[in-house]
Amino acid sequence: MIALLLRDLKLAFRAGGGFGLGLAFFLIVTVMVPFAVGPQSSLLSTIAPGVLWLGALLACLLSLDRLLALDWEDGSLDLLATAPLPLEAVVTVKALAHWLTTGLPLVLAAPFLGVLLNLPMPGFFWLVISLLIGTPAMSVIGTFGAALTVGLKRGGLLLSLLVLPLYVPTLIFGAEVARRGATGMEVQTPLLMLAGITAATIALLPFASAAVLRINLR
Amino acid sequence: MTLTVTDLSITRGGVPVLEGLSFQLLPGKALILRGPNGIGKTTLLRTLAGLQPPLEGKIEGAEDQIAYASHSDGLKPTLSVTENLTFWAAVFGTYDIQPALDAFELNELADRHAGNLSAGQKRRLGLARMLVTGRPIWMLDEPTVSLDRNAVQMFADAVRTHLGQGGSALIATHIDLGLDGEVLDVGPNKAKPKPIDDFDGGFL
Repeated sequence: MIALLLRDLKLAFRAGGGFGLGLAFFLIVTVMVPFAVGPQSSLLSTIAPGVLWLGALLACLLSLDRLLALDWEDGSLDLLATAPLPLEAVVTVKALAHWLTTGLPLVLAAPFLGVLLNLPMPGFFWLVISLLIGTPAMSVIGTFGAALTVGLKRGGLLLSLLVLPLYVPTLIFGAEVARRGATGMEVQTPLLMLAGITAATIALLPFASAAVLRINLR
Repeated sequence: MTLTVTDLSITRGGVPVLEGLSFQLLPGKALILRGPNGIGKTTLLRTLAGLQPPLEGKIEGAEDQIAYASHSDGLKPTLSVTENLTFWAAVFGTYDIQPALDAFELNELADRHAGNLSAGQKRRLGLARMLVTGRPIWMLDEPTVSLDRNAVQMFADAVRTHLGQGGSALIATHIDLGLDGEVLDVGPNKAKPKPIDDFDGGFL
């Protein structure tokens, strides 16, 4: 399992691995927002938590179609399925690798981009916390979507359509935590909901992903 | 370690391709799978490897014993030859890749990226992967595609060594590898093993 994680991380950082793609997209979206909505700092600080969350979510989505498709194309997925590793472990490790190469950099970049959007001071802490809790769910749900669409030509569009509705609860509660945090309100309820969603997806979805992968590999 | 297949029926895309197939693969033996294109050789190997369920019939002795090599080699172009092999060795819990590098003469290529290898060299690396799995039953799907005469010999030697160590191999191929084993001809209406002596290897 560790070998698979290390290989995926190595692949992500090698040429053409796609590391930084999500990060660059996140950066572009947040930098463009002030140009689009105007420079009034009060307006920007109102929408900052939502924009940052939406940007992070779409950036996560961007790299999902490569998550399993590359392994499927070169045959490693077939070989992994016949290896001693259970497929549940394979998809979990794949999701973890996706989070480490896409989700975690977004979490770390978010505070700096928050400055660009004039995010209120108390909001930074809650933005990072909510992204830290929310992004693993996005990787796990994304892996499920990737498992559903693996083997389809141009499956990327279908993948986005399948995964985006599943991202909605995470987006609602995650952005709510950041928004409430920024305005100094109580964050406990949305934070617990967000953490609950993440915990449930991590606990359940690897089994679903492995099951659909088995069917797709036939 | 004996693989026993009884009355196996398999499907490809919902259409039954082979029906009532029975054979036994004993340790130290190779079984050469022959048949025209589209008859279901790949589907049979995928079914035995556990990638798809059989329609009916029994497969015994396959659980965690099979190393499967498909048409594609499962190589990552941006990883070196050593990194590719080390990864598969770690997945299968074996850690010594040197014998595999030696058997397929990959030592000189060890630090090259797999993406820069020729088709035949990639195939050799893909076959070297079989050696690091440490599994007794090899399932090989057209292993000699894009190999030159010398590499085919390398491969045949590797299989012979594997058989000598008590392993077994089921090989779907159209060429004569000169191995000790039977031919399982899965052409229409003849899904029964027959001895290799009947086989005319002259068309190689």
